[in-house]
Amino acid sequence: MSVGLWEAFGLIVRRELCLSFRRPDQLAQPLVFFLIVTTLFPLGLSLQLSLLRDMAPGVLWVAALLSSLLSLDALFKSDADDGTLEQLALCGQGLNVIVVAKTFAHWLVTGAALVLVSPVVGTALGIPGGAFATMMLSLGLGTLTLSWLGAIGAGLTVGLKRGNVLLSLIVLPLAMPLLIFGAGATDRAITGTSAAGALYFLAALCVFTCTLAPFAATAALRITLE
Amino acid sequence: MWTWFYRLASPPYVYGVAARLAPWFLGFAAVTIGYGLVAGLVFAPPDYQQGDAFRIIYVHAPSAWMSLFSYTTMAIAGAIALIWRIKMGHAVAAASAPIGASFTLLALVTGSLWGRPMWGTYWAWDPRLTSELILLFLYAGMMSLRSAFEDPARGDRAAALLGIVGLVNVPIIHYSVVWWNSLHQGATVAKLGKPAMPGSMLWPLLSMLLGFMLFYGAVLCMRLQGEVLNRERQAKWIREAIG
Repeated sequence: MSVGLWEAFGLIVRRELCLSFRRPDQLAQPLVFFLIVTTLFPLGLSLQLSLLRDMAPGVLWVAALLSSLLSLDALFKSDADDGTLEQLALCGQGLNVIVVAKTFAHWLVTGAALVLVSPVVGTALGIPGGAFATMMLSLGLGTLTLSWLGAIGAGLTVGLKRGNVLLSLIVLPLAMPLLIFGAGATDRAITGTSAAGALYFLAALCVFTCTLAPFAATAALRITLE
Repeated sequence: MWTWFYRLASPPYVYGVAARLAPWFLGFAAVTIGYGLVAGLVFAPPDYQQGDAFRIIYVHAPSAWMSLFSYTTMAIAGAIALIWRIKMGHAVAAASAPIGASFTLLALVTGSLWGRPMWGTYWAWDPRLTSELILLFLYAGMMSLRSAFEDPARGDRAAALLGIVGLVNVPIIHYSVVWWNSLHQGATVAKLGKPAMPGSMLWPLLSMLLGFMLFYGAVLCMRLQGEVLNRERQAKWIREAIG
């Protein structure tokens, strides 16, 4: 019985989501981490909302990048450890589809969830409600791009015992444009100026990585699986 | 026509070429850097605005240029090694990475030393300095990825792939950092910019640039010899080559 391209994609996404929802505590961990990191900044800086509002885009984005990175380590790890990944690689569909499906599913449970939580954090940091739409859109585009960059890093470090720190070391420099334009867009939305330019850039980066990163991530996995 | 290319896959040949080229590179580097230093530090007139402090450009600009040049060399060598399965490409990439990281560090240090009298601070989040710093992080990630694998061949391939990804990203990072500054419109700092330099200032700079490239070539050849010896330590030809 042969499985079509989209069928394989759907099956893997469903499998990943199913596995994630069976462990709700692990699902919640990156989100809780996101909340904790954003709590650290007011405690360390100042309680004044006016001052926090100036910092808010940066704080929000740094916390989002860190919490997405934290969970990226697990993207291929457990499947590579128990041999599932090799079985999937041999299933007849290209490794590409598997990488795309797994990364997309991973973004759904981390990035998209983070976008949904972000208004709560935004309110706590004093971001006005009018800026939420831009903030969430920029976070959505940014975390999706980061998932792709992270998939390359995760593919490269999956065979390593202590790959977690190395993964951040590799991916964070590549993710700096995201921080610049993401925080820039949020900042502009807060001050009431047009955030379109920064959002277009984020969207361009997102499309760029969505098209090219799967190949790089697949090549990375091949190197480690060989 | 392609024989020269295929011969680059042979470790003894690469070792021999590197050993023969290194002294030539070193000799010409000494001449060009020597001229550049004397002409730049002694004979060039002081800048009408920056005084003698501008003279650090004779070290700063060439090292900033070389930091990008060695990154490109490293990434292309890695790509060649990945595509044509030429192991010596990995040796070139591995030999190039620490040199490039050193140039990056040198550019950062000289930049901040220049910033102290000019901007009144050692560090400003100037786009050029910032993107140079990110480049240093890229080098760091690359080198630690290569050494993280127990199987060196796997580490080589992983580092080569990361090099290609980084090469695509370096322009994106650079321009986003530049635009980020124009978005924020922070402290406006005096930059060297592109003033029309008089010849007495320009020629030493070009000479230093050429000298740094030759010096890079020399160090690359020497490090490459070391890499080849280390990678081929089981091979028989090494006993004949070293004697």
